[in-house]
Amino acid sequence: MIEVHIQKRLGDFDLDVAFDAPAGVTAIFGSSGSGKTSLINAVAGLIDPDCGRIVVAGRTLFAPQVNVPVHKRNLGYVFQDSRLFPHLTVAQNLAFGGAFDSARIIDLLGLSPLLARSPKSLSGGEKSRVALGRALMSKPAMLLLDEPLAALDGPRKAEILPYLERLRDEMAVPMIYVSHDITEVTRLANTLVVIDRGRVVKAGPLGAVLADPVVAAQIGTRDAGAAVLARVVAHDTEDALTTLAFDGGSFVVSGRVGNLGQEMRIHISAQDVILSRDVPKAISARNVLPVRVVSLEGGDGAGVIVGLRAGEAQLLARITKASLRKMDISEGSNIYAIVKATAVAR
Amino acid sequence: MMWEPILLSLKVSGVATLCALPLAIWVAYILARKRFRGHGLLNGLVHLPLVLPPVVTGYLLLVVFGRQGVLGAPLYDLFGISLAFRWTGAALAAAIMGFPLMVRAMRLGFEAVDVGLEDAARTLGASKFRVFRTMTLPLAAPAILAGAVLGFAKALGEFGATITFVAAIPGQTQTIPSAIYGLLQVPDQERGIVALVAVSIGLAMGALVASEWLARRMVAR
Repeated sequence: MIEVHIQKRLGDFDLDVAFDAPAGVTAIFGSSGSGKTSLINAVAGLIDPDCGRIVVAGRTLFAPQVNVPVHKRNLGYVFQDSRLFPHLTVAQNLAFGGAFDSARIIDLLGLSPLLARSPKSLSGGEKSRVALGRALMSKPAMLLLDEPLAALDGPRKAEILPYLERLRDEMAVPMIYVSHDITEVTRLANTLVVIDRGRVVKAGPLGAVLADPVVAAQIGTRDAGAAVLARVVAHDTEDALTTLAFDGGSFVVSGRVGNLGQEMRIHISAQDVILSRDVPKAISARNVLPVRVVSLEGGDGAGVIVGLRAGEAQLLARITKASLRKMDISEGSNIYAIVKATAVAR
Repeated sequence: MMWEPILLSLKVSGVATLCALPLAIWVAYILARKRFRGHGLLNGLVHLPLVLPPVVTGYLLLVVFGRQGVLGAPLYDLFGISLAFRWTGAALAAAIMGFPLMVRAMRLGFEAVDVGLEDAARTLGASKFRVFRTMTLPLAAPAILAGAVLGFAKALGEFGATITFVAAIPGQTQTIPSAIYGLLQVPDQERGIVALVAVSIGLAMGALVASEWLARRMVAR
């Protein structure tokens, strides 16, 4: 679906990235200054790579002797700062690139009350929605989103995210989603490309990349964690608990989450997973999963990221080097992971 | 008799501004956006009429566009077009004198247009020409308008280059400034002078107010 292999020198910054991604949402994750925006700009054609190859949906956009101009690339770009045209109304902004499926897009993004307004009078969240709609109406082969939520505060983010999920699920628009927020990435993406200082650290299916201990070190101890796809199997109304089943077992989480049978992705932070050699008894945590240690990745500090496998699912736990020695675990050990119920969130 | 120089001035300045406008927009745009060899030379050339004594500009026009001039002779021989001592010559002189002011204002306007918006338009499928027509030009419109008004006001007041190039022939090349100057040479013409001076002030103010109003309407849109 997407094939990117480019090199670009920008001052003393060197961008050299290569990855392939299937259809769906491909997240480009990295800290600021890692080259995310340069990468997406190269795909859009706003900057020309020094050399390489860019193929989107079977169409070669950039290659030796090939450089499709920006306006013929047919990619919808949603900029971080929206970039609505200030001299046009919302309706004129939307129609600028075309009117593909306009009624449905206006309905999907809830834009009809905004049509006659000027972009200047819109709130941050409204601007984001209009920018999304404008890009979609140009009937793009793919959407490029450059941190579309970064300029929004928490509640506004929560307002836009469901729209992005609907686009992904209902319109099946392929996307490249640039972000430095792992929660957004976990919710939206099925492919994750982690980049750092202009290089790809790891690229592949979301769950596998997130569970990679090297990536965990990259993401930072606070955000590091694994994404697990689970299905709602039971609601316990009396105790306000929801049971979610996945390949390697089941979780009980607090609160009534989702509908029966619904699939959802849950993010389990590495620092909320506790390891035990034996089956723990009489502890307050409700989720005890038998797991096998698949990797150990030490960093410079006191922490070690332990890669775990529960069935087909991968989990991460962050423990100290001292506990690792004391517990005497190594790759291949069969142990137990304890996950706090409140730690499991959508 | 008083209306003649006023109407002539309006005609000369209007034609000068309208004819110089497309060229001024183009020159301002490439000075603002393009980097090329000769950028500094073009910039200097555009500004030359602003810093040269107007009489020198008028003399140069005479040398180039006079009946015996470098361009004037072939223009007359091939097309029968003569600019010297004609109102068209006055318009040419006014356009050249107003040109630097028009370009300066418009260049600032083009420089202020957010390139990010043009990029956004390009990703939406707009060709270079469509980006210019739908983004660059409308976003720079207030500055373009301001430049046109400045050019028009300068053309109304042009005296030195005009009188050198096309003299002050009543009904042909005698604009408001040269009419005032002519009246000053004759005793007891205060009434005519005051009338023309008042009209001058009125026209200049009117142009400024009109441009302010138009710019405001554009911004409000």
